Amino acid sequence: MKLSLKKTLFAAASGLAAVAMTGGAVAFCGFYVAKADTKLFNKASKVAIMRDGDRTVLTMSNDYQGELKEFAMVVPVPVVLEEGQIHVTDNAIIDHLDAYTSPRLVEYFDEDPCTMADEIMVTASRAPKAAMEAKRERGDDALGVTVEAEYTVGEYDIQILSAKESGGLAAWLRMNGYKLPDGADQTLGSYIKQGTKFFVAKINIDEQAKTGLKYLRPLQIAFESRKFMLPIRLGTLNADGKQELFVFALTRNGRVETTNYRTVKLPTGSTVPTYVKDEFGEFYKAMFAEQVDRESQNAVFLEYAWDMNWCDPCAADPMSSDELRELGVYWTDGGDSVMPMTRRRPIPPGGAQDVFVTRLHVSYDAAHFPEDLMFKTTGERENFQGRYVMRHPYKGEAKCDAAKEYRAGLPKRYEEEAQSLANLTGWDIDDIRVKMKESGQSFPPPAKDKWWENIWGKKDKKG
Amino acid sequence: MTQRAFDIAPLDFLAIVATALSTQWAMSTVFAIRFEAKSALITALSLTLLLRANEVWPLILAAFIAIAAKFLIRARGKHVFNPANIGIVAVTLLSGAAWTTPGQWGTAVWLAAVIAGAGFFVAYRASRLDVPLIFLGVFAAMIFARAVWLGDPLSIPMHRLQNGALILFAFFMISDPKTTPDSALLRALFAAGTAALSYIFIYHFYRADGVFYALALACLVRPLIELTDHARRYQWGDPPARNFQPSTSATPAE
Repeated sequence: MKLSLKKTLFAAASGLAAVAMTGGAVAFCGFYVAKADTKLFNKASKVAIMRDGDRTVLTMSNDYQGELKEFAMVVPVPVVLEEGQIHVTDNAIIDHLDAYTSPRLVEYFDEDPCTMADEIMVTASRAPKAAMEAKRERGDDALGVTVEAEYTVGEYDIQILSAKESGGLAAWLRMNGYKLPDGADQTLGSYIKQGTKFFVAKINIDEQAKTGLKYLRPLQIAFESRKFMLPIRLGTLNADGKQELFVFALTRNGRVETTNYRTVKLPTGSTVPTYVKDEFGEFYKAMFAEQVDRESQNAVFLEYAWDMNWCDPCAADPMSSDELRELGVYWTDGGDSVMPMTRRRPIPPGGAQDVFVTRLHVSYDAAHFPEDLMFKTTGERENFQGRYVMRHPYKGEAKCDAAKEYRAGLPKRYEEEAQSLANLTGWDIDDIRVKMKESGQSFPPPAKDKWWENIWGKKDKKG
Repeated sequence: MTQRAFDIAPLDFLAIVATALSTQWAMSTVFAIRFEAKSALITALSLTLLLRANEVWPLILAAFIAIAAKFLIRARGKHVFNPANIGIVAVTLLSGAAWTTPGQWGTAVWLAAVIAGAGFFVAYRASRLDVPLIFLGVFAAMIFARAVWLGDPLSIPMHRLQNGALILFAFFMISDPKTTPDSALLRALFAAGTAALSYIFIYHFYRADGVFYALALACLVRPLIELTDHARRYQWGDPPARNFQPSTSATPAE
């Protein structure tokens, strides 16, 4: 036992116990848009939740980039899990779900104004990459802690713990090399009194080597519980700034929302300057931060809500039936013998699924999110997506009257784009104007309205 | 601009108001009593604020059930259920087509204050201010006790108490003078009992909208506890201070 190692209990940022710890370099999570790679959302995690009745499948993805042997996560779970209820899946599925649901930038190219009409081209943005970090080690003892079960699943060694009191559990975790943040005892105690078990995972180095992968694959757990929630409290104990969490909920009924925090739609549909294409990551991050502030930092944001049964037009590259099934959507693939399904609508040809996907994004800390996220599935099936529009002006030759009008209207349109970008992100409008000019969207600064001109007219000022 | 993910559509609101008023009018005609718009409007307001649906029919159904239940489900000369409450409980239990959104009002203190302020006014005019205060007091005591037992920081129960939907429920729904007992003591018992049931629904059955089920259940047993209630029946328009006049013999539905 190398207790000298800087051990860090990473807590399942998975939204679950995120006890992302001190020490250790913070894992970097890149976000690639177009050709620019951008650091976005550090300390972020992604969790997919299949929820149908009490049935729940959690897929917890982490982009842990540190020493694998130092990885560990602790997740409060409602029940003792059998080996078959734990599974390891492929990163690609979560990444696909992330990309499929992420806010996107849409490009329109203005046509020759002399022939009119707009043509549409679409660039789906890449999703922000979430990252999580982790570390730890182990030991062994009682302290009122019962190791209910131990399994090796994929590259993970897993223990299911139950405990009688927080002191014992905290001591056990510390003895086993976990570094717990201040206040962990109290929070663990609260979970224990609510009958919660603890799912502890660390890396089995041998098994990990066999995978031949340099990263850790997402862990999945399946269980039944009336509680529809994600425990985030352990993760907020670190006063080390905010954490980002992306929740992808998959249900049969409709949109998922939080019941103890407001769920707010991300602003969508705005037309923004074309240069945003090259810094879409920065744009998204700044806009999100700005909206978080406007909502007093205690709202959960709806970024995407889509009825996959009603997919017209389908966003590029929708989730396949197999992928959804892997994430716990047990009713795909022509029905399930255990639970008869009632389809609300006929499935159109082309692989649409009887699944409603909700993407929620939350930036949380203890001050603004004191309690765990509690969810509810609603019957709401309205589609929603975070979508931003770029309109490239027509640059070719055009000599008709319509073209004159079109060109005359461009400065006004550019100014509106600048203002909407400033409004969304809180960026300085003058900086935006400069960047627009550099990228070929130049316009004279808007003339100030002279209110008196409306009274006597512009030319009669002296009359 | 960000918007709440659960906006109120003007058409939904109109449909609810129209259904509530027309049902009230039709039932009043059938039962030959004076048409009283005020309580139907309060019911419509509660439904508008608390109930959501994809389509308009569950809202219309809820409004209809809410008002019709006043006339059709009666005990000891009073209607049994709180109108908006039974409308919500009926449609959310019967189908997945309607739902409540307990989180949509958020926890902003100012919003809670405004709602409570408006609620105070409504409740005071209807002389039933004790009900929301006792309900909130008992509920608060229980969730604070829970936090202390769990060792949770007090920010958790504080956060829960600021929930706008809870405040709305307390001041606009449970305070309805026609479906609370008329004697002060029984009223306190009723409010406290609803708070305790709410706690059980929310913390043991994980029903975020437990307050609605709690109230429906409390209303169901209310006629029993009212067997000992000899206080004067509440009439719409009774000012709070004049609540101890001699009891009247017959009480029209509204």
